[in-house]
Amino acid sequence: MNLFYFVAFLSIFFSLLVIFSKNPVYSVLFLIVTFFTFSVHYILLNAQFLAIVNFIVYMGAIMVLFLFVLMLLNLNKDTEPMKSSLLKIAGVVSGLCLLLTLVGAVKSLNVSEPLILKDPGIGLVKNLGKVLFNEFLLPFEVSSILLFSAMVGSVLLAKKDPKKI
Amino acid sequence: METQTSAINYLPIVFQMLVALGFVVLTMVLTHIIGPKRKSKEKLSPFESGIEVVGNARQPFSIKYFLVAILFVLFDIEVIFMYPWAVNFREMSLEGFDGLIEMLVFMGTLLLGFIYIIKKKALDWE
Repeated sequence: MNLFYFVAFLSIFFSLLVIFSKNPVYSVLFLIVTFFTFSVHYILLNAQFLAIVNFIVYMGAIMVLFLFVLMLLNLNKDTEPMKSSLLKIAGVVSGLCLLLTLVGAVKSLNVSEPLILKDPGIGLVKNLGKVLFNEFLLPFEVSSILLFSAMVGSVLLAKKDPKKI
Repeated sequence: METQTSAINYLPIVFQMLVALGFVVLTMVLTHIIGPKRKSKEKLSPFESGIEVVGNARQPFSIKYFLVAILFVLFDIEVIFMYPWAVNFREMSLEGFDGLIEMLVFMGTLLLGFIYIIKKKALDWE
């Protein structure tokens, strides 16, 4: 339990660093560390497949995409326009609205009985695969169509058609 | 062979990471302490083959890099789905060809996407 509090403290600390660091590249690097602490959380919850997926896909691949997007945006100091004070006030107001909503939502929460899992190894790769290839077979196959459409969409958007030029 | 694993089984991995990270940090800190330093303006300026710095490194670059990266992510997710399949493969093959066909449909759709990418010459560098 103490380990959980330590890792939770680390995740909150690094996610705050993501927000407060001035350089966007540093933000992305801190986000990688935050994702790593999430992986540790998954392992502590014995959800090992999720931990591996989080490690490989999020820390490896998605973060590369984040860096690419940062590089594609031109975030130099001279091109980045100075934010006007009106925009800042609007940001503060909307942030406070969100905080109010969150506080209200948390206040209305009830503490439920602690859930006791019948099978502690439910998050292991083997058990997850059994469920995935029997009960959730249709979503699994549909996800392949989702990936296919993502491929076609990205190629269509990023690739110039040579005939039209 | 049913193995029960829990979070405690990851302790050796934690130790290995600690040793690996510790080695890197220790080496870098030691070289910084031991090595000689000469901090003049010329020494600290970034240079490439003795040529003066021109412009900013943070320039927007071609979208083609991004296309390669996003296609990599998509195929990475495909591979993720193969882990639980591979772990359960022996048991599923005892029951018949269901598991094989399920994966074939999944892979077939993504293979179609791959053929589309190849035909569109999306990975070619003009």
